[in-house]
Amino acid sequence: MNLEAKNLTVSSSPHAHSKNSTAAIMRDVCIALVPALIAAIWFFGWRALTLTLVSVAGCVFFEWGYRKVMKKDCTVSDLSAVVTGMLIAFVCPVSLPYWTILIADFFAIVLVKQLFGGIGMNIVNPALAARAFLFSWPALMSGQWVAPGTNISVLSPSLDGMTTATPMASLHVGALPADSLFDLLIGKVGGSLGEVSAAALLLGGLYLLVRKVISPRIPLAYLGTVAVLAILFPLGGNDCVDWMLYELLSGGLMLGAIFMATDYATSPVTHLGQIAYGVGCGVLTILFRYFGAYVEGVTYAILIMNCCIGFFDKLGVPKRFGFVKEKKGGAEK
Amino acid sequence: MASFFGGVHPKGYKALSCEAPIEPLSPKTVSIAMSQHIGRPCTPLVKIGDRVTVGQKIGDGEGLCVPVHASVSGKVVAVEARPTPSGTEGMCVVIENDGENTLCPDLRKRESIDGLTGEELTAIIREAGITGMGGAGFPTNVKISSGLGKVDTVIVNGAECEPYITSDDRLMRESPERIAGGIRIIQKILEPKRTAVGVENNKPEAIASMRKALPEDVELLALRVRYPQGAEKQLIQTVTGRRVPPGGLPAAVGCAVFNVATCAAIYDAVFEGMPLVRRAVTVTGKAIARPGNFLAPIGTLYADLIEAAGGFRCEPYKILCGGPMMGIAQHSLACGTIKGNNALTCFSQEDNHEVRTPHCIRCGKCIDACPMRLMPLQMHRACQREDLDALNRLNVMDCIECGSCAYTCPAGIHLVQSFRTAKKLLRDAKAKEAGK
Repeated sequence: MNLEAKNLTVSSSPHAHSKNSTAAIMRDVCIALVPALIAAIWFFGWRALTLTLVSVAGCVFFEWGYRKVMKKDCTVSDLSAVVTGMLIAFVCPVSLPYWTILIADFFAIVLVKQLFGGIGMNIVNPALAARAFLFSWPALMSGQWVAPGTNISVLSPSLDGMTTATPMASLHVGALPADSLFDLLIGKVGGSLGEVSAAALLLGGLYLLVRKVISPRIPLAYLGTVAVLAILFPLGGNDCVDWMLYELLSGGLMLGAIFMATDYATSPVTHLGQIAYGVGCGVLTILFRYFGAYVEGVTYAILIMNCCIGFFDKLGVPKRFGFVKEKKGGAEK
Repeated sequence: MASFFGGVHPKGYKALSCEAPIEPLSPKTVSIAMSQHIGRPCTPLVKIGDRVTVGQKIGDGEGLCVPVHASVSGKVVAVEARPTPSGTEGMCVVIENDGENTLCPDLRKRESIDGLTGEELTAIIREAGITGMGGAGFPTNVKISSGLGKVDTVIVNGAECEPYITSDDRLMRESPERIAGGIRIIQKILEPKRTAVGVENNKPEAIASMRKALPEDVELLALRVRYPQGAEKQLIQTVTGRRVPPGGLPAAVGCAVFNVATCAAIYDAVFEGMPLVRRAVTVTGKAIARPGNFLAPIGTLYADLIEAAGGFRCEPYKILCGGPMMGIAQHSLACGTIKGNNALTCFSQEDNHEVRTPHCIRCGKCIDACPMRLMPLQMHRACQREDLDALNRLNVMDCIECGSCAYTCPAGIHLVQSFRTAKKLLRDAKAKEAGK
């Protein structure tokens, strides 16, 4: 009979672990982004895929390289760099040159994420910070938008005669876009490659909810706040419901509310904090959209709110178990 | 019914051993630790060469201390420091079993408890060396006396929420009348208004068997399967909705909680006259050839338990005194079982989930899982900084070390280890303060 027991491992309890893992969560986020990627390929051609793949490769390479050079444990296998790579591509126009997206990858992974301590330690969302940084090339980022259905070249995109205005540009001047609401829902409009299809993003969000990767608190608070403010204050004398629907379905709001604002590292951990944070994102988005010089508000709204999570984490801290406040009056006199 | 906060739902693995009846063991030697309870260790009352009988007192002490008894008859072969399940060495009395099972002549059976007062019954429980058999090992007589006059609700804990363990399940199926008898004795002493037995509803046979044995004035509650349902504070919250205040005892909210095995031991002590000398132990896990439940004399060596369960079927990775959520990892098979030792769980390499360098991703799952409403991720960061003020502010001392946070953590951070370190830092700082 085998009674040998050598090399027993001794450690603190608990000794069981759930199937949860960082890599599994990140894998779920990647899966949730696939519908939006398919929509992007459908409307903008294969360059949507190649740009995303280059961005993912860039992020993974910079993550691996930084950890290697700094002699830290390799964190590539947690797949967070893959998510960042996908998200960076999603917030860029499909016509962006490959070299530009690699610069964005470097900025996001090395400057925004790793220099602050790596996964979970970054203060702002790496993909959105990279987008804010890329606005240093305004002509590339928001000069011209490829019209949906024009299959642009994978290698050297030429945009002659194939450009369109984005719905956000109309909304910014107080006019309802020419695109139908249905086109906005499916993504048959000009815009950043992963942001256009609200339906695909909602499908991804539903998957994340079912898989319990995200809770509905932040997205609902965010989208709800935008909806309420848009209904209350429609610009240009437009019908308030139409205006609200266009505000919800245009620009980066869906991607921002479902995938960016819910980023664990840069969002609050308490339930009340998450709701307040979502409301804050919504208010800032509307303020930027209505009064900002730039047409879109989601990026800066979320980046600013990211910097405030130290405050939101203090909201709604769970009440201590069994703690009863001493009744007032008893101790007086 | 109310529920407790948070919690997790680990896979049970109870099917490995829940159908195996409790099998009596008669090991060749036993190593009986003098410290098996919270409080002062016993002083040995026997020396090498003494002949002892089953139930004979072999160790006792003053203060917060209950005696220990010989669990087999035979000869004392050693009184020395040996490995104990706590991971350290402690004074043990080692007895060579003569196989005769000669009973101590002082043991006295009782037909009825009618003529006995609460005080006398509590004294019998103390002399029988009964401690909480669910794990913590608090002397039962002290628990009873500290609850006198304050307790209106007695809760009997048959939740057995730890994965793998089936010793209480088997006990409830096989000897419900002993548990019911023990409950009657506790009722007589504490005179509660309400008595309730809580069993997780994944044990339908145990519930059916208990229902038959329990008198009408005792409620039987089928509890939701959720870990840590059987933790004292959480069980009280589920059954009564009351919350034990921070640092307080169950008596502060009028409750007293007894494990089902403790109730059976109280019955044995009062009616059979038999002190706590044996208990049901589940030997289980993927590394065990034939998982089962054994009625093991206190002090049965782990090696003998594993042999009784058919030995290892593969190389063991971890051996736990208790279950996977709160069990203590062992380094030696030379330990003997103790009174609170409900299981020996043997893991194989398959159960290795070690993450070498975990990184918190701030997902907040630990906060939702914590049954004590703490903020484990903040506590962990404060512990890494050794920030004692923050640790106090975050109420790290409230942590019951149930392991729900670490179980659910996707990054695999050793949260409970971190909080144990934090508690020690705080206790040391407090002691230093007091020493000034």
